[in-house]
Amino acid sequence: MAGHSSRKVLPGFDLTLGVTVVYLSLIVLIPLCAVFIKTASLSLEQLWNTISAPRAVASYRLSFGTSLLAAAVNAVFGFILAWVLVRYSFPGKKQVDALIDLPFALPTAVAGIALTAIYAKNGWIGQHLEPLGIKIAFTPTGVLVALIFIGLPFVVRTVQPVLEDLDAEYEEAAASLGATRWQTVTRVVLPAVLPALTTGFALAFARGVGEYGSVIFIAGNMPLISEITPLIIITKLEQYDYAGATAIAAVMLVISFALLLIINLLQAWSARHGRRAT
Amino acid sequence: MAGNVTSSFAATGSARFENRSATRDSGAVRIILLALGLGFFALFLLLPLIVVFAEAFRKGFDTYWAALFDPDALSAIRLTLIAAAIAVPLNLVFGVSAAWAIAKYDFRGKALLTTLIDLPFSVSPVIAGLIYVLIFGAQGWFGPTLAGYDIKIIFALPGIVLATIFVTFPFIARELIPLMEAQGSDEEEAAIVLGASGWQAFWRVTLPNIKWGLLYGVILCNARAMGEFGAVSVVSGHIRGLTNTMPLHVEILYNEYQFAAAFAVASLLALLALFTLAMKSFIEWQARRTPEKEIQP
Repeated sequence: MAGHSSRKVLPGFDLTLGVTVVYLSLIVLIPLCAVFIKTASLSLEQLWNTISAPRAVASYRLSFGTSLLAAAVNAVFGFILAWVLVRYSFPGKKQVDALIDLPFALPTAVAGIALTAIYAKNGWIGQHLEPLGIKIAFTPTGVLVALIFIGLPFVVRTVQPVLEDLDAEYEEAAASLGATRWQTVTRVVLPAVLPALTTGFALAFARGVGEYGSVIFIAGNMPLISEITPLIIITKLEQYDYAGATAIAAVMLVISFALLLIINLLQAWSARHGRRAT
Repeated sequence: MAGNVTSSFAATGSARFENRSATRDSGAVRIILLALGLGFFALFLLLPLIVVFAEAFRKGFDTYWAALFDPDALSAIRLTLIAAAIAVPLNLVFGVSAAWAIAKYDFRGKALLTTLIDLPFSVSPVIAGLIYVLIFGAQGWFGPTLAGYDIKIIFALPGIVLATIFVTFPFIARELIPLMEAQGSDEEEAAIVLGASGWQAFWRVTLPNIKWGLLYGVILCNARAMGEFGAVSVVSGHIRGLTNTMPLHVEILYNEYQFAAAFAVASLLALLALFTLAMKSFIEWQARRTPEKEIQP
């Protein structure tokens, strides 16, 4: 680690810390404060009426509900994908591994129109589901599909390195002591991976709550049914209801910061856990 | 550091699990997990990617080229390139500064500073746009003053650049901080003791050590800068030919039911994403091929 003595030897501390703090304040911190200052200009009653309006409440339920569900789906399939990538060899593995990060690199609007083209009623998959009476695009299920796409790499990329670091010896020890493979996986592997899995779940959830680009194309955006919270902010802005938009944004920011705190605690737990295991 | 351990295992890969009876899954379990994992991958990641290109060429090459060389598309491409060309270098300077301060020194509030740098990741892109509207918009703090001087920030290039900087803010710093922490500062200290200036130590010692991480940070930051939709959408005003970036142009074409054209422009962004992922694989391979000195105690 960077030693305590390095401050004396290495120059540039004042300059680099200065640049960092000034830039961070100007771009991120002061602008974010604007949300809370603007919200403070509302009376408590106005604030409450804005954030508890039926359309707003329905949007929280949709945004948080679908994000939670998408994160849960990703926790299961992300774990399986990480397992497959670490434990098995199969043709095309390198390409699959590289493409896992696609949702990080693909612009959200592109993902949004592609998913809509797949699940719309005349779409690639949608046309086969339509006769069965299953609708995905322009329903809350569409929102779920978009959030699954967006969140998958968070789970895979947090679980994968932990699985890689896991020594085969632990499983051999469990097996030689008479554990079945199922017992070994649930009692030895899963507890070791759990902190990382929870962190990945939380990251995917946090990302899903704020997601906009990939969702709005496939959601249909019907008030009370498939309207996500970020869209409520946009709608209010387009009606020049700045105070209303800001109040909803303040609610989202408070929840996001709470999530960030939880994720930080989870990561600390994960790091502690990892150190103990190795 | 934990991050470096993975590379030493990568050489043995999955074989170290597959060759031992205790860690080898039975044939049926293997097949089921492979089918579930790869099926999920194909459905949620591969299919959308294929759809972008298939839909882009659905009406043939002529429509594709026409969509790309449409004047509005060209101006959207130009605006996207300009915005990224301003945002990425600024975040690069910030990222290197932040990584130097955080990785090379101990100071109070370091953990807080690291968390604050990550803050933009947990803010919805829509809110990232909103904050600049609140400050620079017509009804904002500085709106009337700026209007007096005839300076436009919202619904103009500066707003788009600001929103882009915000959403791509942490990328380069995040890539560099763990890398530089793992490398420590022994080599730089040696250079300084031998008479190098701080800048010389940075350019000749630090930069060669972090070049791959730095390059990946820049490429990822660039991909996100060019692809940002939500934040830019709030501050751009969607003025065709003037304040439309590529993702916004995709949205407009799509909403006008010009699907082939929308997917044609989208395919350029998808190529950018594929290029980014290819570079990531290449850089990881490079880093593995030339083992860093970082692992030495």
